[in-house]
Amino acid sequence: MTPVRAPALSETSAALSLLFILLIPCAAAGLALINAGLGRFRNAAHSMLSALGVIATAALVYFAIGAAWQGSAGQPAFALHVAGQDWNWIGAGRFFLRGLELGGWSSLPMLFGLMGVGLAAIIPLGGGADRWRLGACFASTVLLAGWTFPLFAHWAWGGGWLAQLGFVDSGGAGVIQVVGGLTALSITWILGPRRGKFSSEGMPSALPGHNAVLVLLGCFLAWLGWLGLDGAGAILFTGVEASRAVLIAVNTTLSAGSAALSVAAITRARFGKTDASLCANGWVAGLVAVSAGCAVVRPAAAVIIGLVAGALVVYSVEWLELHLAVDDPGGSVSVHAVAGLWGLLAAGPLAAVGPGPWLAQLVGIATLLGCILPLTYGLNWLLNRVSPQRVAVEGERQGLDLYELGAGAYPDFMTHNEDFWQR
Amino acid sequence: MKLTGFLLLAGGWIIVLAAMVLLPSGASQISFVLLALGVEALGLTLVFRAHLIPGRERR
Repeated sequence: MTPVRAPALSETSAALSLLFILLIPCAAAGLALINAGLGRFRNAAHSMLSALGVIATAALVYFAIGAAWQGSAGQPAFALHVAGQDWNWIGAGRFFLRGLELGGWSSLPMLFGLMGVGLAAIIPLGGGADRWRLGACFASTVLLAGWTFPLFAHWAWGGGWLAQLGFVDSGGAGVIQVVGGLTALSITWILGPRRGKFSSEGMPSALPGHNAVLVLLGCFLAWLGWLGLDGAGAILFTGVEASRAVLIAVNTTLSAGSAALSVAAITRARFGKTDASLCANGWVAGLVAVSAGCAVVRPAAAVIIGLVAGALVVYSVEWLELHLAVDDPGGSVSVHAVAGLWGLLAAGPLAAVGPGPWLAQLVGIATLLGCILPLTYGLNWLLNRVSPQRVAVEGERQGLDLYELGAGAYPDFMTHNEDFWQR
Repeated sequence: MKLTGFLLLAGGWIIVLAAMVLLPSGASQISFVLLALGVEALGLTLVFRAHLIPGRERR
């Protein structure tokens, strides 16, 4: 297979991509607010601190080892010679960023990865909300930032074998969102459902989020962050010109908007009311889904991607909870894994240029499900065997704010309906 | 059941890799990739079911 070369960046493209990268923390703030708002009030401070903590952990681990294994196109890498072809499978950089020219534009992919790994690390917090220990979140993030994320990031972005096949994932629908979403699925399986979520007959009960305003504010921030994520990713990994940033911003916004409206229409038709938290999830799902092909699809295709992503979120959330007993308070599995996989799939046939690399997209999806999911589950399962990840029963009853932090997020907040003691 | 499910997931991925390495690009390669995705879907179903049963027993 042909080695992947690093795109030649003009000064304008490089400066613009740096500006875009600096917007990515807004996406992290948005996701953190959404996770906090969709959780219970007695875990709000814990949720926000967990988000900050996992970003810190991810950044340090990525600095230490992750960046070396991720690498970037044109840099040293290990390749397997199979059937007369070289399969580039992992970066061969030096640990602790040694040997990387931090004073030049060539380190932009590393900076993008540093921001992206923090975003990916926040996603599982939505799945494990209300019951995941603080220390366990950080330990799980070490595995994500040190192994799972860099491995797939190298394959898709770092000149690895998926990139050699023509796999397209400009904004990280697979590398960031699906990797984070599949880790969230593994965490929900390992932790089990929250106490009181399912009755003895297995029927789920509604445990609504405590603050819809936080959730919706998070959507605004996520929008801003995604404009940066998609713009920078497209320039750095797809090699598009800086002028394509307009198309990318249009696609990103149209997909998010059509996904949110799709959810609003479906929930209105099915339940008689528009569901605010599901609309918020739909908005983010639209952002996630278009990330893969933001630079290669036309605006009409972005609308289709968003409409389908919104519908997928509604039915996926319901299916996971009602039929598969997956307790995912933040909707991370549906929003990030399901919508991300849809976005990767759609980026092939809906690509405006050429027939589209849809076989490579299918191979990427198969890799995420067949390699990354078992890997992240296995690593977190082992971690859980060494040190249980779920908080003690008393912690869940008392709330993680008091139990792990010693103080609540809302000291004057009165509890009128203690859902833990209802059954 | 859980282990079988994960083995099927990994097996599906190995089929994909084998198809990309051994087969010439064309219909046969596409067929094998689609077949592998079917194997992975079966594995995912088993893993979901495996997590469903102990969960209900625990409750």
